[in-house]
Amino acid sequence: MTISIDPQKTNNESLQPKGWLRYFSFSLDHKVIGIQYLVCGFLFYLIGGTLASAIRIELASPMSDFMPRDVYNQVLTLHGTIMIFLWIVPVVNGAFGNYLIPFYVGARDMAFPRLNAVAFWLIPPSGLMLVASYFVDGAAQAGWTAYPPLSITTPQSGQIIWILSVLLLGGSSIFGGINFIATIIKLRRPGLKLMQLPMYCWAMLGTSLLVVLSTPVLAGTLILLSFDIIANTGFFNPVLGGNVVVYQHLFWFYSHPAVYIMVLPAFGLVSEILPVHARKPLFGYTTMVFSIMGIVVLGLVVWAHHMFTSGTPPWMRLFFTIATAFIAVPTGIKFFNWVATLWGGKISINSAMLFSCGFIINFVFGGITGVALAQVPFDIHVHDTYFVVAHFHYIVYGGTVFIIFSSIYHWFPKVTGKMLNEKLGILHFIITFIGFNLCFAPQHWLGLNGMPRRVAEYDPQFQFVNQISSLGALLMAISTIPFLINVFLSVRNGKDAGDNPWNALTPEWLTSSPPPVENWEGEAPLVEEPYGYGKEISEQK
Amino acid sequence: MTTLDSSKEIQKNNSEVNETHEDFRMFGLITFLIADGMTFAGFFAAYLTYKAVNPLPDGAIYELELPIPTLNTILLLVSSATFHKAGKALLKDKNSDSQKWLFFTAFLGIIFLICQLFEYFHLPFGLTDNLFASTFYALTGFHGLHVTLGTLMILIIAWQSRINGGRLTSQNMFPLEAVELYWHFVDGIWVVLFIILYLL
Repeated sequence: MTISIDPQKTNNESLQPKGWLRYFSFSLDHKVIGIQYLVCGFLFYLIGGTLASAIRIELASPMSDFMPRDVYNQVLTLHGTIMIFLWIVPVVNGAFGNYLIPFYVGARDMAFPRLNAVAFWLIPPSGLMLVASYFVDGAAQAGWTAYPPLSITTPQSGQIIWILSVLLLGGSSIFGGINFIATIIKLRRPGLKLMQLPMYCWAMLGTSLLVVLSTPVLAGTLILLSFDIIANTGFFNPVLGGNVVVYQHLFWFYSHPAVYIMVLPAFGLVSEILPVHARKPLFGYTTMVFSIMGIVVLGLVVWAHHMFTSGTPPWMRLFFTIATAFIAVPTGIKFFNWVATLWGGKISINSAMLFSCGFIINFVFGGITGVALAQVPFDIHVHDTYFVVAHFHYIVYGGTVFIIFSSIYHWFPKVTGKMLNEKLGILHFIITFIGFNLCFAPQHWLGLNGMPRRVAEYDPQFQFVNQISSLGALLMAISTIPFLINVFLSVRNGKDAGDNPWNALTPEWLTSSPPPVENWEGEAPLVEEPYGYGKEISEQK
Repeated sequence: MTTLDSSKEIQKNNSEVNETHEDFRMFGLITFLIADGMTFAGFFAAYLTYKAVNPLPDGAIYELELPIPTLNTILLLVSSATFHKAGKALLKDKNSDSQKWLFFTAFLGIIFLICQLFEYFHLPFGLTDNLFASTFYALTGFHGLHVTLGTLMILIIAWQSRINGGRLTSQNMFPLEAVELYWHFVDGIWVVLFIILYLL
């Protein structure tokens, strides 16, 4: 059975507001929804960043003098939850996925445009609710992991709002995942084969599989947790005969794949950006595809490496250590493929390229500490210390957030039709890179020396290193300023970009900048070689 | 608007109307049901772990009576068959037959829910009595929520399959097929739940 495209929809779209107002409407255009995700996510990034600054100010001195201890716990919980569920997951999946995937598969929109708009509009209310919980009766205090019994014994209203908010965000994520899978599998332009898709499609397919398979488990777990809090059941309450370790298993069954939900799309984006700015085909396309799918499969069976200190039996430790070490193989393949893509290329040193290279450096460092953390004896030593904090931020900030910025520099000309200022962009990169490494590299040392995480006070011997870390955080906060100035100046009077300023070959560059509603004037182009750089110019066209 | 622009606009609209693509609504629904199934998988895994690891307090009752759930299993299996009959009837343009089968299916769903509530009221334990009681109510309650939603959807499509002015026809089978798939899914979950919770 086939469906003809509903002419009603086109009519509705002409009735929708034009200009900037459409970003506040229930628009069905995938490009509008992508930008809605990006800007909404960035606003929450600013809130989460402010909270991170508050944490680093508090930790500049050993005593809790900047804020009371319970407020510190609330701040770190909100920081973690906002950064993961409202900034990284929506932006790296929702924003870039919605904007780029329909172009890459040669479609006019996503498979389910209405579901897409619903998925986005779940985010602002749940995010505002989460932030507002601070002003009600205190926000949740149990960290983004919400481990019971802590989450059961801390003040309840904040925790319940936290659960409700994460459930809604999880729902949004699942709707997005269903949409991406359907779009990539079913909405491909006739003649476009799966193995001709740009790598970001594969990354989003893998990510969406993880979202669909693991997020519902988190939802079920949080429903049980809310029963424990509201209805006094004992699923995770040891006093009533419950089992806290079951919560940890169920939670990490989602939250370990969540790491890949945050980082796999970044792998895809960097695979788009590097070939364009190095003027070389992506090295090892097929191995990239298989390593993404390998990470998806392995990512589902490694969760208990977060729980080596939770009384896990030896066989479980052995299995999860080995499985985790195996993930280093596909990840390593991807790393070498990126380096090989750069090798001998005609590299442009611009902001997008710099952030991508920053990603490769930071990510390989975070990956190495990740392999180290998978080893049981080492993990038991550094569990719940700043070593874990450093490792995690090397992956999600040094990895994913660097790629988000790289992608903004890369696709800004397509979205707005204006170029970003390169000098400000390079300044942004330098401050971010130095600030980030200054902030998080010393935390490895802190963790190895036994400074516990999630505590407002610490042993005075760690003060100097903590102050270095706080200085780095200050630089990271400052780095946002040139970026914001750059975006505001360039949107108003940036240099005209033209349709294809990077001479890229992927399909989104083959339409006008900004692209029209429904993406193409005529039929969608068939791009069989999205990475065919380095050939004769006549062949390219 | 100049003539050139408007002609271009018309051309564009024409090309859009003529474009067709495969119907992938069922594909999306199946993906959603896989996700939904994972929620149940999480619950089942938690229940089995509790059963294996967490001893119940002395004197806790965790034996369940079988007659009502067995009846419920039969009810749901029969309702799957009657739903299938409704689809067959609609395919042959026998809308009123289809509607009768749909109402009968919804009736079976309602009987299932009544039996479930009857069982709840006659169980010797409450939600917070012990870990087994809590997981029992969480699992059957979550499944019951699915049956409730399914019954409501069946009633809606039964209303839509009315002869004059109904949207559900042999040309537009998707609503029926979607709800049918969902209903079979809920039945399948019940069979797994029945085996794990009542028989094991």
